[in-house]
Amino acid sequence: MNMTGSSITLRLSVLSLFFVLAIAGARPVQAAGSETDFRAAYAAAEAANTEAGRLRNQWTVTAEALAAAKKAADKGDFDHAIAVAKEAEALAKASIFQATSEQEAWKNLEIR
Amino acid sequence: MASTIRVRAILSGEATEVQVLIQHPMDSGFVRDAKGEIIPPHFIRELTFEHDGKNVFVADWGTAIAKDPYVKFSFKGGNKGDDLKISWVDNKGETDTTTAKIQ
Amino acid sequence: MKARLAIHLASAALALAAVAFAAMPAIAADTPDPVADAKAFRNYFVTKFPDVKLEDFVNGPYSMNEDMRRQWEEKEQFPPYEFSLEMGKEMFARPFKNGRSYADCFPNQGIGIRQNYPYFDPGKGKVVTLELALNQCREANGEPSFSYVADEMAALTAYMAFTSRGKPFDIKIPDDPRALEAYQNGKRYFYTRRGQLNFSCATCHVQNPGERMRAEILAPALGILNAMPIYRSEWGGMGTISRRLTTCNSQIRGVPLEPQADEYRDLEYYLSYVSNGLPISGPGARP
Repeated sequence: MNMTGSSITLRLSVLSLFFVLAIAGARPVQAAGSETDFRAAYAAAEAANTEAGRLRNQWTVTAEALAAAKKAADKGDFDHAIAVAKEAEALAKASIFQATSEQEAWKNLEIR
Repeated sequence: MASTIRVRAILSGEATEVQVLIQHPMDSGFVRDAKGEIIPPHFIRELTFEHDGKNVFVADWGTAIAKDPYVKFSFKGGNKGDDLKISWVDNKGETDTTTAKIQ
Repeated sequence: MKARLAIHLASAALALAAVAFAAMPAIAADTPDPVADAKAFRNYFVTKFPDVKLEDFVNGPYSMNEDMRRQWEEKEQFPPYEFSLEMGKEMFARPFKNGRSYADCFPNQGIGIRQNYPYFDPGKGKVVTLELALNQCREANGEPSFSYVADEMAALTAYMAFTSRGKPFDIKIPDDPRALEAYQNGKRYFYTRRGQLNFSCATCHVQNPGERMRAEILAPALGILNAMPIYRSEWGGMGTISRRLTTCNSQIRGVPLEPQADEYRDLEYYLSYVSNGLPISGPGARP
């Protein structure tokens, strides 16, 4: 069988497209956040807040965000729950950053 | 039972200056306790100061007056040694009264 | 030739001196010098507020604002803390179920000793505040301990403070590395930023005394514990040091630690020490 160069190229493109689609199809495409995703986000936020607690520097707003995330998840609104859980994680991480940087930074405020 | 009314009445020139501190919860009825239940209203309705048979000061109070209220006022016509009678009635019908001498 | 030699020698000398200075141990910022700290602390406030008498700093916002002082002086004729003070006096005199009383736990029967608290207990290896000592006394005599943030502890400490009115703070730091460490911990806590609002105690009470935080006038840190416990109009009642420290934390959106946690006791130790010499004015009245 004699194939022209362009027809081979076309076949290759079609083949690659097929493989890409096949790979994409191997995992279910998620249009909305799932409970699994929420649990992961919440666990991450909780872990960070626990670390902040170890450093004796938790923020009230972190606890509030965690509670709000849980409340949204209980209602089944996982998109919002995940978003708030991620916010909680960010707040917890900020409080960790504050605690560690203040270990030296406090000296800047000291009256000498 | 100990009086809820602390009073000091001092003659200064022509005027008698009266100060009073009353021990009373003055609950407005809007505040919730730790369990989330409303603390029922419990506040002084009327506070009266009587001298020589006349009311020299009467206060009609409500829920906006804070806990352990303090009052200060002056009146003319008092003399050293005169009696000043103070009494209050609250929304539950509880009362207290005390008499002080003008100094 | 001579000039050149001189220059060489001079630069050599300078270089040697530079090396010598560099070789000197850097001033260890972590070796606390409480005496120097207290001096610098007092100096800071006295310089910042030259018109305020030293003993007046214990009056907090009233030393910073004339209008507030006027209102306060009027109220002091018939102070709002009278009821709590009376309750405290009665409580202090009442014996425990076992027949003993608070007077048995404290030096001088517990009268006129508030200015010595907190102190460092070498046996326990920790700072003991007046509130802690009162609960230790209760527990040692089979009584349940009081909440550090409720009325009973406030009334008791109010009475004990009242018996010490006018006496200068006399906090001691014994020659014990653990005491120095507690002092240093307290100092570090005071200057460390915390909470989402990123405030340290110093942010309000060192950098902004006399300024407004919403409707309140901020008190200077010098003498800030001398008026404790305080009857706060905001609380409609008497509140302990523990109550104020925990609520300060939550106000800047930091989760408070447990009342009488190590950090709070060490903080009280530091703040009381740097106010040594200033008179006890408790119980106080505040907005």
